[in-house]
Amino acid sequence: MINPYEEYALEAGVQLKEKNGGEVTIVTLGPEKSAQVILKGLALGADKAIHLKSEKFPDDPAAVARALAEGLKTVEFDVLLFGKKGVDDDNQQVGQMVAELLGIPCVTQVVKLEVADAKAVAHREVEGGSLVVETTLPAAFTAEKDLAIPRYASLRELVAARKKPIVAKEPQQSAPTLEVLAAQYPPPRSPGKVIGKGVEAVPLLVKLLHEEAKVI
Amino acid sequence: MKGPVFVFAESSGPQFRKASYEALTEGRRLADLLGVEEYALSIGSGLAPAASNLGGYGADHVLLADDPALALPHPEYYREIALDAVRRVSPSILLLPATSTGKDLAPRLAIHLNTGVASECIQLDILGDELIASRPAYAGKIILKVKVKGTLKIATLRPNVFTAKELPAPKNPSIEKLTFSLPKSRMIVKEYVAHEGKKLDLTEASIIISGGRGMGGPGNYKILQELADVMGGVVGASRASVDAGWRPHSDQVGQTGRTVSPTLYIACGISGAIQHKVGMVNSKVIVAINKDPEAPIFGFADYGIVGDVFEVVPALTQELKKFYGNA
Repeated sequence: MINPYEEYALEAGVQLKEKNGGEVTIVTLGPEKSAQVILKGLALGADKAIHLKSEKFPDDPAAVARALAEGLKTVEFDVLLFGKKGVDDDNQQVGQMVAELLGIPCVTQVVKLEVADAKAVAHREVEGGSLVVETTLPAAFTAEKDLAIPRYASLRELVAARKKPIVAKEPQQSAPTLEVLAAQYPPPRSPGKVIGKGVEAVPLLVKLLHEEAKVI
Repeated sequence: MKGPVFVFAESSGPQFRKASYEALTEGRRLADLLGVEEYALSIGSGLAPAASNLGGYGADHVLLADDPALALPHPEYYREIALDAVRRVSPSILLLPATSTGKDLAPRLAIHLNTGVASECIQLDILGDELIASRPAYAGKIILKVKVKGTLKIATLRPNVFTAKELPAPKNPSIEKLTFSLPKSRMIVKEYVAHEGKKLDLTEASIIISGGRGMGGPGNYKILQELADVMGGVVGASRASVDAGWRPHSDQVGQTGRTVSPTLYIACGISGAIQHKVGMVNSKVIVAINKDPEAPIFGFADYGIVGDVFEVVPALTQELKKFYGNA
């Protein structure tokens, strides 16, 4: 499946194309299996794809960033879109790392993006508000939820996607920067407790929060 | 690990964020374990008067980059100043709060310093000559124990997880004003637009009152705001209510929204589906108010009340007014 944040990024790219012209290229780093994700992306409005074929699903953020940056060096673009993070490892690192490697501006956690005349205005979601950031292109942006509401692909688009060009490339390998030593389930919460029904339970709740939980 | 511990102390206006004090407290603990000093880096505008506060949380030295051009976090200015400072101090560990700025900055530094970042850590341990970071993945369903392989270990710390503790005997830190020239950049950070009526971000709040589909419509959140006002809390929302357009995305708690760990989380009219649960299950105390006794939230809420939110919430507000009035 496409990572949800990349779906917002892809949709934002397709909407930019529909408004300003140009074309949308998908770049994917992943094993043979990732072809399914690429096809879905092509059905959702991308025009072509570059598949950096790795042996397994990559997981080290810096190694992924180096492979993507290397793969992008020969590609011309104005706008480079990422999801703000993958919902598996939740690292939230790759977009800005790639941009740093390419030496282009990067605005992260973008909820609104306007592009016109080789310039972009991005609204970056931060604590308690948003930062309005202006940049010239080319530039990178990482999508926050709802940057653009993803569309659904029709059957016809799914069929047409199979005719769109996919270029396969060997990705650059680099040493991982992180090593996972163990994976554990978080300690379970104690099972829930219903203390009562309706407004009658309210005084007891306040008493428990104060005396037992000591949080008020 | 012989180099000092270096902590990025993020500010908001002329003050440091609570998450920065949390990171400094944890940094102090690690520095004591390693027998090294703790440095703090602060970047912003008008921070000089607050800089000595960092000693209260353990900083031996403060490096201060203070300039009106740094009032808003410019990713490339911050990156350049932080890179210079890190290269000078040669720390063994660099900690940043996992705030928007911290999460933006840490990977930029790591890629230039040829190392990695452990993101959103909830626990740090020193094991021999290694920093072992515990961090949630798969939206908190799994905790990974991760080692950063580079010489410099970088970690971002999830806000509200580590406790900020003032030292009984505060340090009297040396404060050095950094001289720097701003790098050329194609980016301009034009302005900060505050969300209407919101004083504190969900990730920073100690008390969160969240409303879900059971709130029935956008107008009804006013009873949650009234409760939040009495408790000094912040209003949050479930995905269902955000997707319905009742609340902005910045209010969303859960898998595609904020992950929060407040002291107290009150879920009102929220069923507690897994997508929501993963965003708030690490709250210290969870209260659930829902009219459906079968709602999954009652399976893990510390205190559940089965009842109509439109009756229970206003009654709770009244009861707390009495409580705080007498406290």
